[in-house]
Amino acid sequence: MRGHRNHPLWFAFLLHRLSGLGLALFLPAHFWMLSMVLTNPEGFDGFARWTDHPLVKFAEFGLVFLLAVHLFGGLRLLALEFLPWPARHKTLAAASIAGAFLVSGAFFLNAV
Amino acid sequence: MSEQQEYLDVSVWRGDASSGDYQSFRVPEYASQTILDVVSWIQQNADPTLTYRFACRVGMCGSCAMMVNGSPRWTCRTHVKKVAGKDRKLKIAPLRNLPVIKDLAADMAPFFDKWVKAGGRHAPSATRNDPIPQIKPESAGRDAANAGIECINCSVCYAACDTVTGNPDYLGPAALQRAWTIVNDEKHGNRDAVIEIVSAAGGCHNCHSMGSCTLHCPNDLDPMSAIAGLKRLTARNFFKRGA
Repeated sequence: MRGHRNHPLWFAFLLHRLSGLGLALFLPAHFWMLSMVLTNPEGFDGFARWTDHPLVKFAEFGLVFLLAVHLFGGLRLLALEFLPWPARHKTLAAASIAGAFLVSGAFFLNAV
Repeated sequence: MSEQQEYLDVSVWRGDASSGDYQSFRVPEYASQTILDVVSWIQQNADPTLTYRFACRVGMCGSCAMMVNGSPRWTCRTHVKKVAGKDRKLKIAPLRNLPVIKDLAADMAPFFDKWVKAGGRHAPSATRNDPIPQIKPESAGRDAANAGIECINCSVCYAACDTVTGNPDYLGPAALQRAWTIVNDEKHGNRDAVIEIVSAAGGCHNCHSMGSCTLHCPNDLDPMSAIAGLKRLTARNFFKRGA
C-alpha cells in the first residue's frame, strides 16, 4: 500500500466502493432469480435447493457483510459531509449508534 | 566517547518529464536532520546537478514539498528520524499529480492555475472611499473563513489526493478550500461566481472524501471539511432553486 493512502478514511472509502461493486454484481442475479418464481417455478426450486449448500450459506454471510458495510459507509459519508459538527461529536454519535446497534442486534438474534 | 558515524540509505528520483529512475546515495546522519538537509547534502557533496526547490527552510513558503517514502511532506520541517525506519532508508521523489521539471522539482503551474480558477484573486466589494465594513471576529462566517487562511500553497494536499490523480480537471483540495474561504468572506465582491465554479464539473462534488488532504496538510488545515462545507452550500442552493 502506498504511503499516502495508509489511513482509516482511505480504507473506509475503498471498502465503501468495493462493497458497492459487490452489491451491484449481486443484485441483478438476485432479481433474476426472484423473477423465476413467476416465469420458471421449477428452475427457482432448483436454485432454492442450491442455496441450502453450506458453501452458499457461508457466502450469504459475505452478502450481509457487504450490505452492512455499504449501509454504514453511506451513513458515514452523509454525516461526514452534511453534518457540520466537531469531529469529537461525530465520533461519540457513531459510537452510540454502534452500541445501540449491538444491543438491539443481540436482542433481535435472541428473538430469532 | 566518540560516536560512530551512521549513514542513511537514500534513493532519489532523477530525470525529467519524459523518463527517469531512482539513484542511490549514502548520506551521513546527523542529529535534528531534515529531509531538505539530506537533499542539500547530496547536492552540495555528491552530485551538484541534483535539481530541487526550496526557499525559506522554516515552513512558510511552501516550495520544498516532495514525496518522502510514499507520502507528500514539507521537507524543511520533516525530520529524518520521523520518517526513516530502523533500516535508515529514504525514498525521495517529486510531488505526485504534477508534471516533473527535473529531478525533485515539480511544475506547480497546474496547481496555481486551479487556485486562480477557484477564486484566487480578491474581488473587492467596496472602493477606498466607502466605509470599511465591520466584521465581527467571532461570527460563524469569519470562523469558517479563518479556518483555511493559513494555506501556504505547498501542494501537499494536491499530491495526496487520488481524485486529482483520476480526474485532471478536478480543482483539488487547496483551491476548493480557498473557494470556501472566499465564500465565507463578507468583503469579497463576487462570491456567487465562486459558488458557480465550485458547483460545476471538476468542483467540490468530485471529492470522494478520502481524507488524504486533511491527513497530510503540514499546517493542520482541514480541506476535506472545507469541501464538505461547499457541498452543503451548493446542495442547499440546488434545493432552494428547485422549490
